[in-house]
Amino acid sequence: MPNKIVRDSETQRESVELYLKQLGNIVHEQMRNMEFPWIMMQSRSTDNIVYDPDLRQYVLGEKTIRRHSRNIRHIRPFTQLVWTAWFARELLRLRKTSTLREVYYSARGQRDIEFKHQAESDNIITDLETALNRPREEFNLFPEERSAIFGDLTIEYTVPGYEGRRMNLTEHPDGVMIGPAITSSEFVETTADKVLVIEKGAMFTRLVEERAHERFNAILIHTAGQSPRSTRSIIHRLNRDNGLPVWIFTDGDPWGVHIAMVIISGSANAAHLRGLATPEARWIGVWATDVIEYKLPTENLTDNDVKRLKELREDPRYRDELWQREIETFLRIGKKAELEAFSRYGLTYIVDEYLPAKLENV
Amino acid sequence: MTEGEYQSISPSDFFYRNREIAGFSNPSRAIYAAVRELLENSLDACEARRVPPDIYLRITEVTALESGTSIYALRIEDNGTGVPAEHIPRCFGQVFYGSKYKLRQARGTFGLGGTITILYGQITTHKPVRIISSTGGDIHEYEMMIDIEHNRPLVMRHNVMGNRKGWRGAAVELQLEGDYRRSMHRIYEYLKQTAMVNPYADITFVDPRGRLYRFERATNQMPPLPKSVNPHPHGIDVETFRRLTAVTEAKNMKTFMMQHFQGVSETTAKRFLRAANVGLKVNPRTLVPDDIVRLVRTAREFNDFKHPDPSCLSPLGEELLETGIRKELNLSEDDFLKVVQRRPATYLGFPFIVEAAIAHGRSIAKQMKGGINIYRFANRIPLLFDESSGVVWKVVNKIINWSTYKVSSNTPLVVGVHVCSTKIPYKTVGKEYMADQPEVEREITNTLRSVARSLRLYIARSMRIAKERRRLDIFEKYLPKIAEFSTKLSDREEPPDIKPLLEAVSARIPEVEKKISEVPQIAEQDS
Repeated sequence: MPNKIVRDSETQRESVELYLKQLGNIVHEQMRNMEFPWIMMQSRSTDNIVYDPDLRQYVLGEKTIRRHSRNIRHIRPFTQLVWTAWFARELLRLRKTSTLREVYYSARGQRDIEFKHQAESDNIITDLETALNRPREEFNLFPEERSAIFGDLTIEYTVPGYEGRRMNLTEHPDGVMIGPAITSSEFVETTADKVLVIEKGAMFTRLVEERAHERFNAILIHTAGQSPRSTRSIIHRLNRDNGLPVWIFTDGDPWGVHIAMVIISGSANAAHLRGLATPEARWIGVWATDVIEYKLPTENLTDNDVKRLKELREDPRYRDELWQREIETFLRIGKKAELEAFSRYGLTYIVDEYLPAKLENV
Repeated sequence: MTEGEYQSISPSDFFYRNREIAGFSNPSRAIYAAVRELLENSLDACEARRVPPDIYLRITEVTALESGTSIYALRIEDNGTGVPAEHIPRCFGQVFYGSKYKLRQARGTFGLGGTITILYGQITTHKPVRIISSTGGDIHEYEMMIDIEHNRPLVMRHNVMGNRKGWRGAAVELQLEGDYRRSMHRIYEYLKQTAMVNPYADITFVDPRGRLYRFERATNQMPPLPKSVNPHPHGIDVETFRRLTAVTEAKNMKTFMMQHFQGVSETTAKRFLRAANVGLKVNPRTLVPDDIVRLVRTAREFNDFKHPDPSCLSPLGEELLETGIRKELNLSEDDFLKVVQRRPATYLGFPFIVEAAIAHGRSIAKQMKGGINIYRFANRIPLLFDESSGVVWKVVNKIINWSTYKVSSNTPLVVGVHVCSTKIPYKTVGKEYMADQPEVEREITNTLRSVARSLRLYIARSMRIAKERRRLDIFEKYLPKIAEFSTKLSDREEPPDIKPLLEAVSARIPEVEKKISEVPQIAEQDS
């Protein structure tokens, strides 16, 4: 008798499969009634993406659209949507996963359905998510793995062949890739009392090497730039289900600032999904004020940086005082600093001095 | 200044010295000009007899010369009127000025093209010309040369043969130096375009490589023969006027004006002579040069004459022009071809008629490059040289805005313009292209615009059909896939029937128009 974790994941799989089959039923019925098939979904156009201050994330508004195969511009994406639904259902049935890139390639050879580039297939997958109100991971579709996790967290796999098997995430010193297996696993237990999210691989490796997970009793997560959804969903779960506070540590520039913000408040692109944002997470650096206080080596802001900072200043997600203060400071000093800038004071300075000070103060 | 420096020369001598005027400027132009002159003579002879022309043309290489040119033997044979035996030597062996006081549309550029060709052949090869002709009776064969200095024929041999089969027509055989290789393309183009505006002619051509070209007759119908009319006073020149006064039988100026000119009634004649300050009773033969100049000048300004009489013109007519173009461009039913003939108009006292055609469609796209291909004709003769200097080019490229008619720069199009007149407004002595005479330019513009309006309708319609086609294609492509995958996705066996849906889409293409095929170049435009 399989355990509860495996049973739960089976139940979820079956229900998603049913959703997909239901989509096929609708389309089939419509055609049998001599009707051009169509489906309704929430509109993802920019004017329908609104910021919900209560949820503290972007959500889709009231507007819905009809993907109608009678429309000459819709029929191709409509067909691709039906194909993608069928492809996802096959994945679930065979208990396989696929990367987004593989979806793009799998359509090759399907004449007329073929995606012109991956952006097209990614977009259709987002349509499918919106139409069925399910994240793509539930269709076993995953982005390329690039982010990693490390720390004292024991997980139990639900993927075929590994059901019931457990692993502690300190077992591999390079960290464990956040792929389908980790994303679909259950978090069994942890002794950590916080999550430390790091933008860059070099700093992640340094923290592992300096045993930061032990010194700060933290789970380390490497986002590798803008964090993928599966990573954001893991952060969300660790925060919500395991009650761990989340600290985000990025480069001190507009791009780093926004990496932190997307973890906290979600992205406009994923406004149709819930469970990806972690409103409780905190951005702890590198702040503009840190650049001054620690006299970090800097580079000048580029025109592009300045433009981006000004955009962020107007973004509703950045209303709070901390963000406004830091954005203004960046603009005032006209400088930015990378995480690695702390190396100026020695390789371990960041672990010995900066992080302890930050964690204490925030 | 010594007296010896002045001497009169015979007309043959003049042409011998100025042969480039007649188009014999170099060996490749010469062979082209020879074909052109002889062919036009033959066509005229057949039209005069009112029989559909049957013309056989053969060029054979006799000797290759070191200069890269060759001596060719040229033979042309027609079923025209033939030339009465007694006239043959003078007709072919003497350059002479006819005294034409009547006007009517004629092909010949100089009226003496045949003789010039013989002259050119003679000076380049020193070989006699052979002429065989019958007007229905005995067949006469002449071998002769031209005495250039004295402008008279030298008959070397004259044979008379029986004519049991009742042959009528003429055959001319001569040798000349030329460069066929270089003029090959022009000659072919010339024959093809000639066939286009003479659809009732049957032309066979055997070239020096032994290749046979056939331009087959598409109809037996011929345009009506133009009438001969008196010249219009607006278009008269001093010399013609003077000659008329010399030959007239009229005893006074009033009768003279009414007898020798068109559009002059008694009242008009009186008013005109008063304006020119010449007495009504004056005997034309007594006019002095000053009077003649004054009369001619006054005539040009005088506006009370009737409009020039167009009955001396012989346009091809919309039906014949359409037949000719359709046949030579191998147009199919689906292609667009529209011909418009305008009402007669005049410039400087000369009547003229413009006929224009536009062809467009898949067949055009197949045989020529995209863009506008121009065919120019003057009095049923194709004009092949100096296209971009001529008035048709100017109208097509500078005056008409083709985008108004939904024509883009790569739309395959043939634009044909035929101008017929008693005096084609040629720009140069070479008579290769028409000048932008304002009235002629305006007529050509208006004719083409009216043809282009039909073209626009056609293009708009084929674009609309093409668009509906593409829509249908898209539905035909995707609906089966939706059916297939929704069936698989919902675990069913039977795919839904998509036929009713496709029928709903194709209902938007009107039945009649389904036949008209889209033209690929056009389809690109609006995608």
